[in-house]
Amino acid sequence: MSETNPHLSYIQEKLGAKVLETLQAQGDDVMLLDRAGLRESFRILKEDPKLGFNFLSEITAVDYWNKKQPRFEVVYLLVSLQRKAKLRVRVPVPESDAAVESLTALWPGANFLEREVWDLFGIRFSDHPDLRRILLYEEFQGHPLRKDYPVNLCQPLVPERQVEGTFVDERSRIKLMRLKHSLGQKS
Amino acid sequence: MGPSHPATHGTIKFNLKLKGEKVLACDVEVGFLHRGFDKSCEQATWTQVIPYTDRLNYASSLINNVGYALAVEKLIGAETPPRCQYIRVIVSELARIHDHLTCCGMAASELGAITAGFYMIEAREMITRITEYLTGARLTVTYVRIGGLKHDLPRDFSNRVRQSFRTIRKIVDDCDRLLSRNRIFIDRMSNVGVISRETAIGYSLTGPILRATGIDYDVRKAFPYLVYDQFDFDVPLGSKGDNYDRFVCRTQEIEQSMRIVEQALEKLPVGPVWIDDPRFVLPEKEKVYNSIEGLMHHFKIIMEGIHVPAGETYFAVEGGNGELGFYIVSDGGGRPYRMRVRPPCFIAMCAFHMMIEGYMVADIVPTFGMVNMIGGECDR
Repeated sequence: MSETNPHLSYIQEKLGAKVLETLQAQGDDVMLLDRAGLRESFRILKEDPKLGFNFLSEITAVDYWNKKQPRFEVVYLLVSLQRKAKLRVRVPVPESDAAVESLTALWPGANFLEREVWDLFGIRFSDHPDLRRILLYEEFQGHPLRKDYPVNLCQPLVPERQVEGTFVDERSRIKLMRLKHSLGQKS
Repeated sequence: MGPSHPATHGTIKFNLKLKGEKVLACDVEVGFLHRGFDKSCEQATWTQVIPYTDRLNYASSLINNVGYALAVEKLIGAETPPRCQYIRVIVSELARIHDHLTCCGMAASELGAITAGFYMIEAREMITRITEYLTGARLTVTYVRIGGLKHDLPRDFSNRVRQSFRTIRKIVDDCDRLLSRNRIFIDRMSNVGVISRETAIGYSLTGPILRATGIDYDVRKAFPYLVYDQFDFDVPLGSKGDNYDRFVCRTQEIEQSMRIVEQALEKLPVGPVWIDDPRFVLPEKEKVYNSIEGLMHHFKIIMEGIHVPAGETYFAVEGGNGELGFYIVSDGGGRPYRMRVRPPCFIAMCAFHMMIEGYMVADIVPTFGMVNMIGGECDR
């Protein structure tokens, strides 16, 4: 109930129709926010003197495949260091257009966190300065934390990357050929 | 500066743009130790996730265990008995001392002060022996359970801890005399790797790196959990945000952790260490072997896993490197639906380029040492 929590109702006033729902779960303040104009909403949350959520603790995502619509939810955790208060913001993202505005302009630390969400879930962040895979290698196919990615999927074998300045010789190519042959794959 | 380098411990790659010895730009590549923690936890039951959490920050595995158990207990809505909470505090602080000794020892030895490094390893060995006496394992312990601990403290535990602390205090004091006013150490660590307060908050840094800049954010004080609000301890703060402040923060935190453990051992209450709820606690062996209800109860909990009510929650504890948070989503079953760790080192790696741009290649070594990137936590 947002009536019992003055901060949640203040946020609801300030952001208006963007706030889809506010909840209190196990003593935490949780808010569902619309993804349109996300950066502006977060700017208000960060800079408003009564809220002052100046610390972005975490960005992560959850895949509710076949459990609920829309499929993804991007979860942001904000902390106000002054007021010692936390806020959890969940932004539903549909599968067809899995993109959200990037918060790197407000918090530079969002850089790696958003790259990780892109890497593991495939949710794009528009205006991100450098959106590429971070935990997995570039040639990886698919986004593993999605629920439709099977746990035991084998990735295709890729040849050793030629990086400038390193020495890659015939032996690695021959080993790869032999490995593919023994696994019955066509190279 | 490749993933295997003798002076950076942990697998991480820096793509540096250099002009002579000076670093102009740095791109940090992480992910060499990515083992798929999130996806593996979705396949395991709630209790089977605990060994996975050990292997996150393997220098302080007990803190990971405690953080995970507290997050699940928050979703369940249970609070463990006081004795369990005190033991969890003791065990978290011992793990924190272990982590800080590893970090400071390794940082010192990478700079060339190998003697100080080995002394700290000796102090760390005392903690590892206590951990082994308590839990049976030296490094990845799996001691904490959801709703309690695996077993109560063994007899003579507090005497052993007190004896070890006498040795550790002496060793840390020796290392302090070797290092903290040492001309070479100060020249290499002071004013190197400086990060300002605004940058630190913008990059979401927590832990000793943030406190070295002067911002007082310690999860144990800001959002107290377990019984931390009943202990009297200080949070060391730096002022400049350089490597030397981080080093001093960590060594002072070792002393404060020892204070907490000593206070906790004095105030330790008697009582059970498990919550009194048959839905989450395994029955006693006598009941399992001698009654059909006990057998069925045991079977259900082991095969299906405990049924955590549906919902999502986030819980943060103060890890060795900062705010270690667990974001859990449950669908009501015996296995987690989504298991996410907020890794403090990963976020520190995002800010790392700010700490070394403008400095020299040789300055990367102490800066990286004091950031204490543990590969298991950074890459999961």
